[in-house]
Amino acid sequence: MYKYTIKRVLLMFPTLVGAAILVFGLLRLIPGDVCELRMAGEGSFVDPAAIAACQADLGMDQHILVQFWDFIFGFFTFNLGTSMWTSQPITHEIGLRFELSMQVAIIATVFSVIISIPMGTISAIKQNTWIDYVVRTFSIAGIAMPSFWLGILIILGLLITTQAWFGTPWMPPIEYVDPWEDPLGNLSQLIWPALATGYRYSAVATRMTRSALLEVLREDYVRTARAKGLLEKIIINRHALKNAMLPVVTVIGIEFAFLMGGLVVTEQVFNLNGLGKLFVESVTNHDFTLTQALVMLVAFIFVVTNLVVDIFYAWLDPRIRYS
Amino acid sequence: MVISLALMAIFADYIAPHDPEVNNFPAMLQPPSLEYWLGTDQFGRDLLSRVIYGARTALFIGFVAAGVGATTGLVIGVASAYFGGKVDLIIQRVIDVFIAFPTIIIALSVVSVFGSELHHVIFAICLPFIPDAARIVRSNALAIREIPYVDAARALGFGHMRIILRHMAPNVLAPYLIILTANIGQAILLEASLSYLGLGVQEPTAAWGLMLQGGAEEYAESAPWVAVFPGLAITLTVFGFNLFGDGVRDALDPRLRTE
Repeated sequence: MYKYTIKRVLLMFPTLVGAAILVFGLLRLIPGDVCELRMAGEGSFVDPAAIAACQADLGMDQHILVQFWDFIFGFFTFNLGTSMWTSQPITHEIGLRFELSMQVAIIATVFSVIISIPMGTISAIKQNTWIDYVVRTFSIAGIAMPSFWLGILIILGLLITTQAWFGTPWMPPIEYVDPWEDPLGNLSQLIWPALATGYRYSAVATRMTRSALLEVLREDYVRTARAKGLLEKIIINRHALKNAMLPVVTVIGIEFAFLMGGLVVTEQVFNLNGLGKLFVESVTNHDFTLTQALVMLVAFIFVVTNLVVDIFYAWLDPRIRYS
Repeated sequence: MVISLALMAIFADYIAPHDPEVNNFPAMLQPPSLEYWLGTDQFGRDLLSRVIYGARTALFIGFVAAGVGATTGLVIGVASAYFGGKVDLIIQRVIDVFIAFPTIIIALSVVSVFGSELHHVIFAICLPFIPDAARIVRSNALAIREIPYVDAARALGFGHMRIILRHMAPNVLAPYLIILTANIGQAILLEASLSYLGLGVQEPTAAWGLMLQGGAEEYAESAPWVAVFPGLAITLTVFGFNLFGDGVRDALDPRLRTE
């Protein structure tokens, strides 16, 4: 188990370095930079010397390899530098939004786990009955529906129902509410975007639970359990579900990592000041340092989530450990 | 449903009751009526016509992006399996890197680097599909590489390209088609997301994602039809393509069949 874990941790680094090279290279391809954008704005003339001074100030006149080294070194020492646009430390910029995005991601995950595992299980047990068809339609629809449209519909629904019930339309608060000060207010704000993204997420997990469970239910040992006269409930909970959980855990892990990026669009709908919105802003502002940091953060979360899933896998299934 | 959508996209010029790009300010934000079946948007453009023309945009981008993505993945995957060794290792590591990013992040970065022209948008959408396709194709191609006829082709002195394209690629067509059809829906969704963020297809072209961006939120209360119908179009289309993809998968790969 030790050996396996160490091997998996070491495998993380090539991926991260590759991601760093990719994002660094891609950003240097963008025509124009933050200095031109900030000073020139819409087409007015700017002294080239001022732009050069600004570039020198931000370290952009240095050799490209020097810049790359600074970036990599900074990443591994958790010194991400300052934003080229706002001149604030990047850790500060990200810290402001990280909490919000993380909360939405966690609520969405909890929501989808609560929904998907029971639904997938029921659908597999009652295969080819009307319950199964309802669940499957529900989950295919979840994969087909764009989360931002669902978000718009949720806002619309909220406006209309509150108007009808209370006489005044109600919208979730726009300013971020701290969960420690006002947990209810926080929840009333973040549950909607979490629902909008969580629906798709639960749809994927439901399908996975269903197909994994169907496969396991055909195994010999389940037949043995039935032959022994065990209660169906025990067979499902104790024998089948445990083995069917492996692929479901993977799907949930991967989707959780992608949720950080998937929020880009949903945050726009709900006007939340989260990581996704920050990403769009940094890209449009040509804020290289911030974009790099954000992309690396997403890649890092993804790689770590994968690592955790793999180790969890190995822990659950000894065959992986020893192969 | 997929067929009727395709027909709708092809014959958009004949069925659409109004011009989708002409502003008609006297008829702004009209509710659905006999004249405008689905109502009009904030520029007085007929929503039904825009939804119909939007099908053209969505299907075109969906097919091209999914096709280019899956085909590039096919070639890379087969090549990776065929050469094996170091080449395989390097290609797999590069794929690992690409898979570490959410699709929308890759697409957004590409569009922001190259701009929002149509071919760039298509490139941005197909790029995230390549690594997935390459990985699945590779695992299938690995098995084929072991079959003696590949060695026979080598012995006959055929070049690498010829063996990869003529001898190995046709034998991994089943997973290729499965990936291709499964990706069409995803490509359409991604296009809608990009357009919604204002970084995909640009005005005044009719595109579903764009229609949702153009004021759908501001007018949500007074003119809900602006927000509802384009989204419904996206959902139904992707739904249709997903079912289609599932059907193709069941037909081509009996092992994956669940029933």
